[in-house]
Amino acid sequence: MSDTGIGASVKRKEDQRFLTGRGNYTDDIDRPNQTYAYILRSPMAHARIKGLNIDAAKAAPGVLAVFTGADTAGLGGIPCGWGVNNKDGSPMNEPKHPVLAEGKVRHVGDPVALVVAETYAQAKDAAEAIEMDLEELPAVVNMEKAIAGSGPQVHDDAPSNLCYDWELGDEAEVDGAFKDAAHVVSIDITNNRLVPNAMEPRAAIGEFDKATGEYTLYTTSQNPHVIRLLMGAFVLQLPEHKLRVVAPDVGGGFGSKIYHYAEEAMVTWAAPRVGRPIKWVAERAESFISDAHGRDHITHADLALDKEGKFLGLKVYTKANMGAYLSTFSTCVPTYLHSTLLAGVYTTPKIYSEVKAIFTNTVPVDAYRGAGRPEATYLLERLVSKAAWELGMDQVEIRRKNFIPKDAFPYQTPVALQYDSGDYDATLDKALELADYAGFPARKAEAAKRGKLRGIGFSTYVEACGIAPSAVVGSLGARAGLFESANVRVHPTGSVSIFTGSHSHGQGHETTFAQLVSDTLGIPLENVDIVHGDTNKVAFGMGTYGSRSLAVGGEAIMKALGKVTDKAKKIAAHIMEASEADIEFKDGKFTVSGTDKEMAFGEIALAAYVPHNFPHDQLEPGLEEQAFYDPMNFTFPGGCHICEVEVDPDTGVVEVVNMTAADDVGRVINPMIVEGQIHGGLAQGIGQALLEQCIYDEDGQLVTGSYMDYCMPRADNLPDFKAATTETLCAHNSLGVKGCGEVGAIGSPPSVINAVIDALRERGVTDISMPATPQKVWQALRAAEMPAAAE
Amino acid sequence: MHNFDYHRPSSLDDAVAALGKGEDASLVAGGMTLIPTMKQRLAAPSDLVDLGGIADLVGIKDDGDSVTIGAMTTHAAVAASSAVPPSLAALAGNIGDAQVRNRGTIGGSVANNDPTACYPSACLALGATIVTNAREIPADDFFTGMFETALEESEIIKAVRFPKPEAGNYQKFENPASRYALVGVFVAKTKDGVRVAVTGAGNDGVFRAGDIEQALSANFSPDAVDSSSIPVDSLNGDIHASAEYRQHLIGVMARRAVAAING
Ligand SMILES: Cc1cc2nc3c(=O)[nH]c(=O)nc-3n(C[C@H](O)[C@H](O)[C@H](O)COP(=O)(O)OP(=O)(O)OC[C@H]3O[C@@H](n4cnc5c(N)ncnc54)[C@H](O)[C@@H]3O)c2cc1C
Repeated sequence: MSDTGIGASVKRKEDQRFLTGRGNYTDDIDRPNQTYAYILRSPMAHARIKGLNIDAAKAAPGVLAVFTGADTAGLGGIPCGWGVNNKDGSPMNEPKHPVLAEGKVRHVGDPVALVVAETYAQAKDAAEAIEMDLEELPAVVNMEKAIAGSGPQVHDDAPSNLCYDWELGDEAEVDGAFKDAAHVVSIDITNNRLVPNAMEPRAAIGEFDKATGEYTLYTTSQNPHVIRLLMGAFVLQLPEHKLRVVAPDVGGGFGSKIYHYAEEAMVTWAAPRVGRPIKWVAERAESFISDAHGRDHITHADLALDKEGKFLGLKVYTKANMGAYLSTFSTCVPTYLHSTLLAGVYTTPKIYSEVKAIFTNTVPVDAYRGAGRPEATYLLERLVSKAAWELGMDQVEIRRKNFIPKDAFPYQTPVALQYDSGDYDATLDKALELADYAGFPARKAEAAKRGKLRGIGFSTYVEACGIAPSAVVGSLGARAGLFESANVRVHPTGSVSIFTGSHSHGQGHETTFAQLVSDTLGIPLENVDIVHGDTNKVAFGMGTYGSRSLAVGGEAIMKALGKVTDKAKKIAAHIMEASEADIEFKDGKFTVSGTDKEMAFGEIALAAYVPHNFPHDQLEPGLEEQAFYDPMNFTFPGGCHICEVEVDPDTGVVEVVNMTAADDVGRVINPMIVEGQIHGGLAQGIGQALLEQCIYDEDGQLVTGSYMDYCMPRADNLPDFKAATTETLCAHNSLGVKGCGEVGAIGSPPSVINAVIDALRERGVTDISMPATPQKVWQALRAAEMPAAAE
Repeated sequence: MHNFDYHRPSSLDDAVAALGKGEDASLVAGGMTLIPTMKQRLAAPSDLVDLGGIADLVGIKDDGDSVTIGAMTTHAAVAASSAVPPSLAALAGNIGDAQVRNRGTIGGSVANNDPTACYPSACLALGATIVTNAREIPADDFFTGMFETALEESEIIKAVRFPKPEAGNYQKFENPASRYALVGVFVAKTKDGVRVAVTGAGNDGVFRAGDIEQALSANFSPDAVDSSSIPVDSLNGDIHASAEYRQHLIGVMARRAVAAING
């Protein structure tokens, strides 16, 4: 292993600029003659717009233009990227998602007017002068009430607020498995709604060049080409060659910056109308009411077991909140990213899953770190732990008994996926060792002496990422392919620019991808530059989400690098007057086998651009290659997370005292970056389990609209993590990589809640929902103590 | 934020004059509460009168039996002072974060009387006196309700004078999100007996827990504390804590404070 190649913990190249404040984020970009936009948003969750008087706003100082839904009604709606069919095969309900509200507002934060002025303060002042005549309508935020049929309708054309009623598997067949069951364990579970809270709020700058007819959008996006496609083709009808989308440095996304948002379309569309560039930057309070939220499932599930504790069948009934409109990937999250994972790491032979997607008067809900897989994992791992407790089995034993054995791969699950590789005993063993499971009883006894209740919780999980084989997702309703592109440009002096369709917003691509190049071409890391985030530079790209960057984007780079070395060998053969078959390339040197002839990579690069004696009919000058890579399958990282908590029974405070993660993410390119990704994921998982919850009141007002009430995890909420990896290679990509971006957030929440329940079991508590706040834990303890006090 | 006129007087008299002149003028101390409120456009004063230029308002003076803290003294300065009672220094050292402690002032905190703020409980429990440009107000008369005080318009806090207690301790149960006090209890043994003040929990802001004071006067031990007589409907309930939970936490925090004092 070279010290900059695959497997090396190279320090992140990008950190020099981030840590010294030299990043270039969208808000750092100022265009000549730029104007500023403020977006007036609905203060109500549901209302009819009876009138909008914009006269005073238009006349306000510095104001250049005011636009409302009347101006943008001719534009296309914000599109949804994935069609899901109902049980009967009919398509889902897909109401229009207007750029600016048309006739009605459907959630607090729904954009009503765009005010453009010389300064942001002027735009904001002018917005205050807009008279919104809103007739408040009853709102619905609760999914059960929304589908009851008698209450408020979010969209007139979506009866009972149903987007779709979908299923996977044969319910009757699974019922059959339940007939033979010795035990049935059931659970009702809520996956709490989360606000993504990327460090950098969303921002967008729209610009139009009258001379060339070209539009440019600078935006905080995880996938600029996807935005170009969605906004260009569906909303504004702009052809690709006249629309450039730039996503420069982006300060975290966690999914929330995948989607095409109305604000992007607004500033792009308005730029030529105002005749100047328009910048919009979200205020934090605006992020809370306009970034797509995450999770928000309610699920009932039943697990059938035989008398030995072997799983026979699983039935899962889920209601998924879509919010007021369908965001880009919203519809596939509870279905194809959730239900297909319900086998987990287990051999459960029969599985049925039903998902009802429901509209409510809340912000749209979409993928958030893990997207569907955390919901599936939380459900399964809570259910498995509950089964062990009810059957009197050990938590480890019930899992081992049901694991897919390591010699069973490739393993076809009953819910569509085929896992290519894995070894769940290996990650479990590793985690048990790191967590010192054997020492737990002693630690619990010691904690009891201090008046603390100590508990341990498990989660053994698998997830499906490396999203995704285009043929598979296409057959499931995806309206796009999920390949990736890469271009390797070798410059004449041997330095290399890589143009990737992946987008880094915290993942460290500039380092990891450069390591692939350094390793393959045998050149120093400093000679490699990773270019991303600009549709005018990068050929195409599907972007970064679903832990796909290395497994798909990285593979595209490897494929292009392969083409480069093939071409370079041809050049080397020509110059060294050897047959191409005799050229070997290793450690950056081309040699002719059986001779002492050699040329360095840089020499070949130079020759490629100074082709003085190339046989032009056989050898083109230049050294630059493009590749598109479409994966054969998803990748399947898996592992075991073990959490240990101490509960203070006086206050209900839960402290995470140990958090162990043993993950199999396939081959590790940069161990330090992988560990960092896992740490971040664990922090988010613990945040979901103990701290974070988005709450709406009955009227659809967001109660947790700021950090005064929405609790983000902080360093002192977290212990020192024990993180390790084991390695089984992905069987269908060249690097053997699986993905590590989401595993922490997918695997950890059930381990935390199982630990809390384990701690409280001795006091008679059997259930606690996320987030397990002090108040909730205290109430559960009190209810168990004096059942009469609990309602 | 709306536009405003900014003034930075160098004397109290000038400050009073500036306050009187503005149509809707407001004092600004550390700005930790006022500026975010203005940014959210929930406050839009016509004039800001910055107390930062008045040197007399800064500093901590040991008067023997008491300590006087200038209104513009930051939380960080109080936390670092050996002249103030250790319980008060500890309280100041756990307000907000380092940035807030370096800007926020005792005068601003007391004047604001946020129902979840820490200082008001110390003022009540220690029997402090709020010294203004016009008069001296005993803490018991000063905090009149949520975000409300006995301050008249144009009255400026100059200092807060704390008698030194025999012993004191503040226990804060933090709101997990904001980290203000969900329930904070300050227990002090003073010349005038045991005083117990509760912040974060009351519907009307900070209050003294009379029953707990009496019980502790008779028997200063954690076991004597019982918060169940505090009427639940006098307590505040929100998404973080119901009134019942707050009532319970008052007992837990008071017991912990007593235990800490008893060592
Ligand atoms: C992130 C964060 C966390 C915080 N956490 C806590 C916490 O845990 N506990 C806690 O107690 N507080 C907390 N605070 C509040 C903090 O202590 C503030 O500093 C304090 O509430 C206000 O002080 P200030 O000096 O900033 O006042 P300012 O914001 O400048 O003023 C507040 C109000 O007081 C008035 N005022 C200021 N000085 C005077 C004076 N001398 N005479 C009369 N009126 C005056 C002003 O006109 C204004 O109305 C937190 C604040 C933040 C931003």
